[in-house]
Formats: sequence, C-alpha cells, structure tokens
Amino acid sequence: MRRTVEEALLPALVALLVAAVVGDVLILSFGQSPGSVYRLLIDGTWGNAYGFGQVLYKTTTLTFTGLAVAIGLRAGLFNIGAESQLAAGGFLAGLAGLMLPMGLPALATLPIYIVAAAAGGAIVGGIPGVLKARFGAHEVITTIMLNFIVLALLNYLTAAHLKVEGTLHTAEIHAGALPRLSSMIGAFRGSAANVVLFLALITAAAVAWFLFRTRRGFELRATGLQPAAAEYGGVNVGGVWWRTMALSGALAGIGGLNYVLGYKHYYEESFASGAGFLGIAVAIVGRNNPIGVVVAAFVFATMSQGGLAVNAVVPKQIVDVLQAVVIIAVAASVPEVRRLARARSAA
Amino acid sequence: MRKLLIVVGVLLAVHVALLFVRPSGSAQAAAGTGSDRGVNVGLVLDIGGLGDKSFNDGAYRGAVRAEKELGAHIRLIEPGEESDRESGLRLLAAQHMDLVIGVGFIFTDDVTQLAKEYPNINFAVVDYAIATDKAGNPIPPPPNVAALKFKEEEGSFLVGALAALVSRSKKVGFVGGMDVPLIQKFEAGYKAGVRSVCPNCTVISQYAGVTPIAFRNPGKGKELALSQYQQGVDVIYHASGSTGLGVFEAARQTGKYAIGVDADQYSEAPGRVLTSMVKGVDVAVFDMVKRVRDKTFSGGIYTYGLAQNGVGYVYDEHNRALIPDSVRARVEQLKGEIIAGKIPVPSTR
Repeated sequence: MRRTVEEALLPALVALLVAAVVGDVLILSFGQSPGSVYRLLIDGTWGNAYGFGQVLYKTTTLTFTGLAVAIGLRAGLFNIGAESQLAAGGFLAGLAGLMLPMGLPALATLPIYIVAAAAGGAIVGGIPGVLKARFGAHEVITTIMLNFIVLALLNYLTAAHLKVEGTLHTAEIHAGALPRLSSMIGAFRGSAANVVLFLALITAAAVAWFLFRTRRGFELRATGLQPAAAEYGGVNVGGVWWRTMALSGALAGIGGLNYVLGYKHYYEESFASGAGFLGIAVAIVGRNNPIGVVVAAFVFATMSQGGLAVNAVVPKQIVDVLQAVVIIAVAASVPEVRRLARARSAA
Repeated sequence: MRKLLIVVGVLLAVHVALLFVRPSGSAQAAAGTGSDRGVNVGLVLDIGGLGDKSFNDGAYRGAVRAEKELGAHIRLIEPGEESDRESGLRLLAAQHMDLVIGVGFIFTDDVTQLAKEYPNINFAVVDYAIATDKAGNPIPPPPNVAALKFKEEEGSFLVGALAALVSRSKKVGFVGGMDVPLIQKFEAGYKAGVRSVCPNCTVISQYAGVTPIAFRNPGKGKELALSQYQQGVDVIYHASGSTGLGVFEAARQTGKYAIGVDADQYSEAPGRVLTSMVKGVDVAVFDMVKRVRDKTFSGGIYTYGLAQNGVGYVYDEHNRALIPDSVRARVEQLKGEIIAGKIPVPSTR
C-alpha cells in the first residue's frame, strides 16, 4: 500500500519541483524575483475568492477532458479528439437549451442537458471507435482528423445559422440556467465557477467505480493491457473499443456544459479552445487514475489562471513552458520512480 | 529510494534559495500601484496576443506610447482561452484601473456586462460591435464604455485608387476573409477608390468563405490569388487575416503585387507588397488614455477615419520605389478631398 502511494505521489512531487526550479530560472531571466512572482501567482489564484472560483471553473472542464482521455488510455486507446468532442457536447446542449421552453427549472433541464452533451460527445467519439473496431483504422489518426471536420462543421452551423449578428455566439438560453457557485457562496461573485463542478466530481467517482468495480471496467482495462489476451479470455475487444471511445467522447462532451450552460448561457464559437488538448496532459499527469485526474486538473487550472495573474510582470508563455515541463517531468519520472521504489523493496 | 529523496531534497533547496534572489530592477513588478498621478491602464489583448504584427501589437504600441508620453502605467493581459477574456477584464477592474481596454470586437459582450458592475471604471473596446434593437436602431454602449470604430472604407478607398493607378492591366483584385458586413466595408471602399481614378478598370472580388476559418486559411488565399493573377489581375488587396499570407505567397510566386491590411505587411513579401491599409489601433488606444488623463473621457461611439489618422496607407522607405511620385500625389489629393468631405465613401457594397 505504501509503495502505491509513493509511486502515485513521488512523480508528481518531483515534476512540480523540477517545474518550480525551471520557473525560477525563467523568471530570473526576465529580471524579476521568483519569490514575488510566485506570490503574485498564488495571490491571483488561491489567494482570493474570485481567483479561486476561476481555478475551480477551469478545473471543471479539465476534469472532464482529462477523464475522457484517461478512460481511453486505460483501454489502450489514445483519444486526441477531446477538443472536438467537448465542442460538440457544448453545442448539442446549447441547441437543446435553445429549444426548451423558457422558465423551466434547472432541476428539470439538467438531465436533458447532460444527455444532449453526452450524446454530442459520444457521436464524435464513437465514430473513431467504430472505425477502429470495424476496419482497424487507428484512432489517433481518425480523432485528429475528426477534430478538423467537427470544429469546422460547428463553426459553419454557428456562423451561418445560429449566431446573433455581430457576435460569434448563439442567442441566449433562458431555460433552466445552471446556478453559479456565487449564488450559494457570495464571495465567489463574478467568478464563472458553477454547479457543473459537482457534476465533475461525481463523474470522476463514477468513472473510478466503473473502471475498478464493474465487469465492463475490468474488460476495458484487460483490453488496454493486452488485447489479444483479453480476446482469448472471452472479451469482445472490438466492442470494448467502440464503447470506450463513445464513453470517452461522452465524458468530454459533458464538459461542454461548464461553459455553455454554467457560464455564458450561450454556445460560442471555439469556446473549447485548448481544453481538449490540455486534457491529454491532465490524464498523463493524473496517471489515468480518476482521482489523480481531478488533482492534475486542479494543478493545471491553477497554472492557467496564475498565468493571467502574473501576466503583467512576466510573459504568460512562462506558464505554458511550465506546463510542458510538468508533463515531460511526469512522463520521465514515472518509470524512474517505479524502478527506484522496486529496487528498494527488492533489497 | 534514498537517491530519490536526495533528488527531491536538492531540488527543494535550489528552489527555496532562488526564491530569495532579487535581481536589480525587479521592483517594476509593483509599477502601476505607485502613488504618482499617472493613469493606470489595463489592456486585455485578444487570444493570439503579442506578436500578431497586427491588431494586438498595434494596441500595445499605442499603450507604450501612452506610457512614454503621458506617464501612464500599463498592465497587459494576454488571455489563453475564451473564459480568460472576462477573467482578465475582472482582474484589472478589481485593481481599480482608470481605464480598461478590450482589444477586439469579441470583448463587446464581456465589457458591456462588466461596465454595469463597475460604473466608476472607464472601458473601451476596439471594434465594439454595436447591437441594434428590434426596430433596427443602434443601442448605444453603457455610459462608461467607449466604442472604438474605424472607417476602414476610407483607407480602403485610398489603396483602391493606388492599386488602379499602379496597375498596368487595368484589372485589380480583392480577397476578403469571411463574407460579412465588416469585410464588405473594405471591399466597398476599395471598389469606390478604383472607380474614382479609373472608371473602366475591372475589380475581381472574392471571399475565402462564410465562417471564421476564412480568416485563417492561407491555402485558400493562395488559390484565390493565383486564379485572379491568371485572369490578368496585377494588384490584389486582401482583408482576410492570415488567409492573406497565401495572397502574399502567390504575389511572390507570380511576381505581381499585393496590398496588406490592418498593419504594415511589407515584410511578408518584400518588394511585392505595394502598400498596406493600416488601421490606427495605436492611435485609438493612445487617444483613449489621453482622454482619461485629461478627464474628457465619456462613453459613446468614437470613429477614427482619415481625418483622425485612424486609417491610412503605408508610404515609407521600403515601398517608395514601387509607387511613382505622380501616383503618390494623386492619392494624397484624394485623401485631402475625403477629409474635406468632398468625396463620399460608401461603406456597403
């Protein structure tokens, strides 16, 4: 047990430290003091309610896209399409919102929104899944290509049919807006954080339960470890592939609720920019473990919001570099930590 | 295992040590919070940020000038994703800036909403999209918001005249990005400019598409430009964002001319860029800072045309050789006439 905890925590610790030192050097190279810049970063994120609310808001979307990529990786599938699955989920949920009658309570609309968003993501994720199961098309290629197709299609639908003139977004949705956290805790005033955060945490728990406590989850992991062996053991590998891709897409799709229904109450062109791809990093740093994904999402959300807070002093690209350093350091330190930990237990 | 702990320990020690390093000059981190009387200006750029050689860089240039000449303190934020726009504006509003500027029409909604929450802070939006009510009347921005608009049609008129005067084939081209009223304004001014000096010149005008992707599709831009050049066009004016990079590529390949937009794009294809229709985002930003400093700021619609130096065309040491003096004189004369109100410039086609 102790070894598992060490294996889970140490790489993250090493990675964060490496990133912190690289950050120090970069900040110094801009003639600033690392201490004061990091303080600015903390002040702007965890240091005040608004900043913390923004971190929670960003954590929400990243949790969904991180879970989407993680569940794919557990099945041995590399889903690069979270970006467009997220957008499609937000889009369908937005459409559903525009069609629902005004004034419905959030409690009644939320299930509809979730189903619509999940369906949007599941369709976009499911196509590469079916293509892989049926024709053996590699999901990396198909999901990347679908990103272009789906995002262009959504662009077109929004720009040519749905947008309000002079903007890049649809009309406002009046049916069952999801409450922001600020309506419960006044200090979050102005922050975009909303109840979809709780949905994200529940979803992470549900994914953990599914992966480690159900037969389908076992089949999924077995397929990921060794498809041929799983097949021999009676698993329908093709079925696992397309179902996992659809599920992965659905998870990313539900993330679209955060912006479209929790924050802006309209679908906006390219609202998902970057969150889908960052989901890959979140999954890797979270080591494909749903709890790890939530933690990693929180770390990346903090860095992203912190980048804004320190922007006046140092270029925000510093934060992009730090994110990259964390990813590289985690990727490199996982096997190294495991080797060292094993060496100890063998001794 | 011990090795690992040593690594963690060393990293931690290095990090903590570096935290206390204070390079000289790092005090500027506190700039803008000082007690001197300079205006505090917050600038939120559009996604893409600095280095776009266009809009964002223009706004930044204006801010830097205001810093030098007016003693303003500038805080700059470059959003990384859509939700950062509002977040950036709020960060600055919470720091009690005197003026918060959103660079790009995309800030319209965010600023309109935020201006009501912070009635004591002045806001400005470059290219603010003015909404209309059901009867089609424009809805003015909130009283503490300045909507900065440009008369792109006037600048386009001048480069249209210039293109027609330089063209040997009497055929000139236009490549637009997304087919929307904002870009049609460029086309309308350009065509009017061509006709004003050469009534029997032909203008071939095409758009790259009907979605925002039309502004970042250099492949399409090159395709359109090559086909226009093949039809005998020898000067093309583009108003199409990075799609225009394809137009420049085509100009370089065929040895014909192209005209840049928004900023001086000479360096995209040296020797082949006849001129650029420049939008004075810097002029507008500087003007706003100055108004706030002089306490003459008020909300409303501000229009920057040729008269205010808000639009114009590039004529400098790079492209002087491409533009004969007689052409230059004629264009300057037209410019004077537009400013004097003698030539009406259409903004719709």
